[in-house]
Amino acid sequence: MAGLATSLGSGAMTNTITELGDASTILAIGTNTTEAHPIAALQVKDAVRKGAKLIVANPKEIELCRFAAVFLQHKPGTDVPLLMGMMRVILEEGLEDKAFIADRCENFESFEKSLEAFDLDTVEKLTGVAQDKIIKAARIYATQTPSSIIYCMGITQHVHGTDNVLAVSNLALLTGNIGKPSTGVNPLRGQNNVQGACDIGCLPNVYPGYQQVTSPDARSKFESAWGVELSDKAGLTHTEIFDALLEGRIKSLYMVGENPVLSEANASHAIEAMEKADFMVVQDIFMTETAELADVVLPGAAFAEKDGTFTNTERRVQRVRKALDPVGEAKPDWWIACELAKRLSAKGFDFSGPSEIMDEMGSLMPTYKGISYSRLEKGSLQWPCPSEDHSGTPFLHAEKFGTETGKGKFMPLEYKKPGEDTDKEYPLLLTTDRSLFHFHSTMTRRVYGLNVLGKEELLNIHPEDAEKLGIADEQMVKVASRRGEVEVKAKVTKKCIVGTVSMGFHFAETPTNLLTCCELDPVAKTPGTKVCAVRIETI
Amino acid sequence: MTEKIELKINGLSVTADSGMTILDAALRKGIYIPHLCHHRQLEPIGACRLCLVEIQGEWKKTVISCKTLVKEGMVVLTETPEIQKIRQINVELIVADHDTDCLNCFQNTKCALQRVADHVGMDKKRLDRLKKPDKLLPIDDSNPFFTFNPNRCVLCGICVRTCDEIQNIQAIDFVHRGLGTKVAGFGDRPRLESNCESCGECIVRCPVGALTEKDAVRPTHQVKTICAFCGCGCGVVLGVRDNKLVSARGDLGNKASKGRLCVKGRFGYKFVNHPDRLTSPMVKKDGNFVEVGWDEALDLVADNFAKNKGDKFAGISSAKATNEDNYVFQKFTRAVMGTNNIDHCARL
Amino acid sequence: MKFSDIKKRAEDEWKELVQSKMPKIYIGAATCGRSAGALAVKQTFEEEIEKRGIDAKIVEVGCFGPCYTEPLVNIVKSDGSNIFYKNVNKKIALELVENYILGDDPLAHYALGTVGDKKVPGIQDLMGTPFFKPQARELFHNTGIIDPTNINHYIAQNGYSGLAASLKMKQTDVIEEVKISGLRGRGGGGFPAGRKWEAGLASKGEEKYIVCNADEGDPGAFMDRCTLESDPHAVLEGMAIAGYSIGAAKGYVYVRAEYPLAVKRFNNAIKQAHEMGFLGENIMGTNFKFDIECFLGAGAFVCGESTALTLSIEGNRGMPKAAPRPRTTEEGLFDKPTVLNNVKTFAYVPQIITRGGAWFAGIGTENSKGTAVFALTGKVNNCGLIEVPMGISLREIIFTIGGGICDGKKFKAVQTGGPSGGCLPDTFLDTPVDYDSLKAAGSMMGSGGMVILDETTCMVDIARYFLDFTQKESCGQCTLCRVGTKQMLNILIDITKGKGKPGDIELLVEMGEAVNAGSLCGLGQSAANPVLTTIKYFREEYEAHINDKACPALACKELVSYLIDEEKCKGCTICAKACPVEAITGEKKQVHVLDQDKCIRCGMCFEKCPKKFRAVECVPGRVN
Repeated sequence: MAGLATSLGSGAMTNTITELGDASTILAIGTNTTEAHPIAALQVKDAVRKGAKLIVANPKEIELCRFAAVFLQHKPGTDVPLLMGMMRVILEEGLEDKAFIADRCENFESFEKSLEAFDLDTVEKLTGVAQDKIIKAARIYATQTPSSIIYCMGITQHVHGTDNVLAVSNLALLTGNIGKPSTGVNPLRGQNNVQGACDIGCLPNVYPGYQQVTSPDARSKFESAWGVELSDKAGLTHTEIFDALLEGRIKSLYMVGENPVLSEANASHAIEAMEKADFMVVQDIFMTETAELADVVLPGAAFAEKDGTFTNTERRVQRVRKALDPVGEAKPDWWIACELAKRLSAKGFDFSGPSEIMDEMGSLMPTYKGISYSRLEKGSLQWPCPSEDHSGTPFLHAEKFGTETGKGKFMPLEYKKPGEDTDKEYPLLLTTDRSLFHFHSTMTRRVYGLNVLGKEELLNIHPEDAEKLGIADEQMVKVASRRGEVEVKAKVTKKCIVGTVSMGFHFAETPTNLLTCCELDPVAKTPGTKVCAVRIETI
Repeated sequence: MTEKIELKINGLSVTADSGMTILDAALRKGIYIPHLCHHRQLEPIGACRLCLVEIQGEWKKTVISCKTLVKEGMVVLTETPEIQKIRQINVELIVADHDTDCLNCFQNTKCALQRVADHVGMDKKRLDRLKKPDKLLPIDDSNPFFTFNPNRCVLCGICVRTCDEIQNIQAIDFVHRGLGTKVAGFGDRPRLESNCESCGECIVRCPVGALTEKDAVRPTHQVKTICAFCGCGCGVVLGVRDNKLVSARGDLGNKASKGRLCVKGRFGYKFVNHPDRLTSPMVKKDGNFVEVGWDEALDLVADNFAKNKGDKFAGISSAKATNEDNYVFQKFTRAVMGTNNIDHCARL
Repeated sequence: MKFSDIKKRAEDEWKELVQSKMPKIYIGAATCGRSAGALAVKQTFEEEIEKRGIDAKIVEVGCFGPCYTEPLVNIVKSDGSNIFYKNVNKKIALELVENYILGDDPLAHYALGTVGDKKVPGIQDLMGTPFFKPQARELFHNTGIIDPTNINHYIAQNGYSGLAASLKMKQTDVIEEVKISGLRGRGGGGFPAGRKWEAGLASKGEEKYIVCNADEGDPGAFMDRCTLESDPHAVLEGMAIAGYSIGAAKGYVYVRAEYPLAVKRFNNAIKQAHEMGFLGENIMGTNFKFDIECFLGAGAFVCGESTALTLSIEGNRGMPKAAPRPRTTEEGLFDKPTVLNNVKTFAYVPQIITRGGAWFAGIGTENSKGTAVFALTGKVNNCGLIEVPMGISLREIIFTIGGGICDGKKFKAVQTGGPSGGCLPDTFLDTPVDYDSLKAAGSMMGSGGMVILDETTCMVDIARYFLDFTQKESCGQCTLCRVGTKQMLNILIDITKGKGKPGDIELLVEMGEAVNAGSLCGLGQSAANPVLTTIKYFREEYEAHINDKACPALACKELVSYLIDEEKCKGCTICAKACPVEAITGEKKQVHVLDQDKCIRCGMCFEKCPKKFRAVECVPGRVN
């Protein structure tokens, strides 16, 4: 997200999901779309059915490969060289959009210079992808337009995830595939309202609407609106919060609807941190593994039990409606926070309901200004929606980019090694993936049928590696990293490349994130869970 | 460019768009032509042979209306003695091969075969001469969410085409030949062993009671909302009965999903009714959680939070919660607790 | 190498074989010959020749036609005598080597006939026999004569000259020649091939296909198999000419996996044609490129339907597409313009080009040009694969070529067009055999199956037989065909078991007409034909079954009775001992009595009663 904000001026998906259906080329990199975003995957398949070419770049042979014109099975953590290789082909063959680069972009020269390091021989060696495939992919992407790029955690969850994102945006800028329908740089956001949570400022560095907490203007705007003095320094990120807990810098933790015991990279570190907290409140709908560690557990209302809005991955603000009364004494999260605020004698928390909260949000966030419950009754709106008569924005950057200069910024990149090195002790790379039948774990593990369909964690391993280690299909094995170990059933499959294994992280019985690496991307502070060195032993 | 086309169906003047089929034009005009294999979102296959109509004049012939396009000046009869005779035998043949225990069928009163039979009518004497199946075929209930009952299947192929054309999965197809023809996974394996993704789009479109959701009950009312799983933000219409969620279907009007749902969207709502849901605030006393009232819990939390205001506090919010929940939460963290130590799980 | 050089070389090779002084033994070893034991016969000849150090040449050839004579061996000696020997086995083979190849006795009693000018005393002229005389062997000019695995044999018979000539012609001129010939599709539909090709040429598209339908699925039909096994290059050349004329670069032969020898022979032909430069890039030095692939069908009858066939090649389940739909020439295989023809249609083409369309048009009738190929089977004396000029009468085929009905029985009906065809009674014997006349009579030309039924055949049972086939092979898409044929079959089974009810005939007609009128594809639309035509022409047989519980043909076990003639019974006790249910009682030398209540109508008594007595008779109906 931080990457796109730098190069394009906005971290959100530039285009709309349904526009994918009309694309002529789709590059799906670092996304197992069918499993993680099934409905977006349908648009991709629709496009292919209509004649579009699909390029899949993924270390694992995912379901979408069935539809792909080119499948680039690159080694984990080599996205930058792969994309830079493609861009080098585009420039060498003169397939770039010269007018777009000249009129709408900046910093091209230094980017072009950084491409020098990425000759195809080097790229092939780093990525393990044959040159002719890279050339073919580059030509299709550059010439059969409009071309869309979709990506997901396979790009961001790396120690240099920001570089990966910048490589993606460079590619779109280079060919002018941005600011038009069915093009763009489209990060598929994981959770139903992760886009909304970012938009409304659940981030340590920005207020609602991406207004910097370090900006005096922004601060004074919110101070006067909220009638209090606000801190002028950026807060700690998710992973940093756990470090601070461990070090005793943070004493109280208030956590809503999250289960770091399963989802946090290097989970044992997180558990230790939470156990050190003086006081911890968990607000959730189930007694999760994390809630067990809390001092107070508050029962939240589930999505069907409350009114509100979600903002989906394509910036679409949609109305969530109450279908049921909350179970037992459960309450909506906003109500609980308001009650706490009142007990701490704060003003400005007398909301009669979500509609009023939305009105306050709109008054402070230019992108949401034109959105109100009465408008949402008539249909969803895609931000930016700056005024009541604005119909929303299906795709961004049509006229200019959101950067200070209004230009798309090319970013020079260099090759960095994937997060963790393998060695004699930990000779294989582990990457995490997802299952269609689960979403993290808290909710889906409590739906009987989903557990029949996706019944256990599996370690996907290439037959060549399995043979070397004497592992048979469906055999239980121990996976150990420098941080922990878990036991899991092996699935021998050619869908993995040699030297790389993969696991999901949906099962408390098999806490994959005990293994993963929490080294952060220096800019976005996203942990590098997609690459971690492991050793596999038979039990 | 669509042009307007004037034709006559059963003597009525009908205005249709060019490229439209006779069946669509008739249905739009409110003229019912019996059909089973037609579905407006799918390519026509003309398999059920019920929608036969007669075109009069210089093109005079009997055609299937689901695949024949309207033409200017066309004169169409949807009912003639010849067509009725073929249709009636057709319906009798389907019924003779069908498990007609309608009252025990979830599609009762909503069934397309009932409607067809009602419209066309049957000759009881002829029907009685036909041989009923000796025994019912085994039901495929391998999938945890839905059941396929081949005895109630009319082989319209709508599920097969949905899986192919709408979902691009191709998990099911016709298998075997002759009277043994049925819809199944590759090699007549159960659906659970196929590459079925359990999206349930076939169940939604099954015109009869062959594909039904397990434990299905009809809701007393329905509410339009948004799915709570991934970032696609699909529109879902939840069915409620006795303050419990009992059904979910895609919201056709939703601009992100256009009525489609995946397995989690369609069946994943069931967690809301799970008995393990937290129903009361709980406070840990001597290492064990004790249920308490809201006032006690909130007072305890407020007292403790008051001790560590500023940067000694951190709030982690949820990307599952609503915008309003999160707005209030970050406002609480910033304005009440006085810190920017606020984040959520966006990076995971 | 230039084609003229290739041809010269091939002709030299052929000449060397024909003119060599050593005896030549040609053994018909297509699937038909092999199943009769041709390979064992061939082995005997080989072993014997080697053992005795005889200088002779053994050549495996295809099928010559007269199935009832298999294994058929043709021995040509240097004096020009050319004798066909019928039903050759190991013993005869040894005798032939001993007496004819080493000696001079042609063993006339084993001979079927001679071919050519050289007469042999005591042996008839084969081409003058009733089986061959009315035939016109044009399509089959090579079969049983050349070695189908040797491309030079084919080339020497003017093979690939048609392709060579075509490549010098304009595409439209090639098509014009086919149009002049009047060739109609030999798969049964009878659509003019030239017009189809014209449409294929006119269809826009870079990518076009030629598809050869070799999914011969009719029970009792083996014309296409024989063509592919005995003269594969003719089919291949015809496809290449078609490919050139419409601008296609790829052809598929959709052949049943049950035809392993045909597949092997055809694949061998493809390989040889590549080596010669008749397939691949720059064929015969031109810009034309063409390749052919053999696609094995999995044995579904319905895949013989063109749209189901193309779906099957595409990797889908073979199911016909409902009309209205674009023509195959506009949207066929992989949705690209496609010309799809039957094996025989393609096999005629090379000769149409070399001999001219007018030559072909000179054979046959006004609307049905050329020759027709039939697999003549059933209750005729001479079964076989025959080729006759269009317009010949059914009578001539059955009574002259076929040699009449076996065992001196009476002719009852002729069934053409496979399971979708109809049964015609003796009143139609003088019907000319062509597309339109057969259709008018209620049957069809079909792809060439012709089954002769005699008086012992029950027409209800024969309808049941064909319907049983059709219902099993229904693709299952439309109810009328899937359930309708099955329900009709149930009623027919009831009738043959004496459970027929009044009104069943009318119900069969109603349902049959609905199935024919309402079904989705050609298979369904003709599925009821055997039932409808047998009811039309043999209604009284149905009525006898239903009303009198009697099978006049004595074929339906439940509807006959066995009686012991008191006058003829000599009390030999053989029948009583044979009876499995002890229904026959009687002392030795006394007239036996059959208890009708105990009798299970197995017919053992009838079979066992000594021929000199013939005391047991079988009568229609049930005697109480």
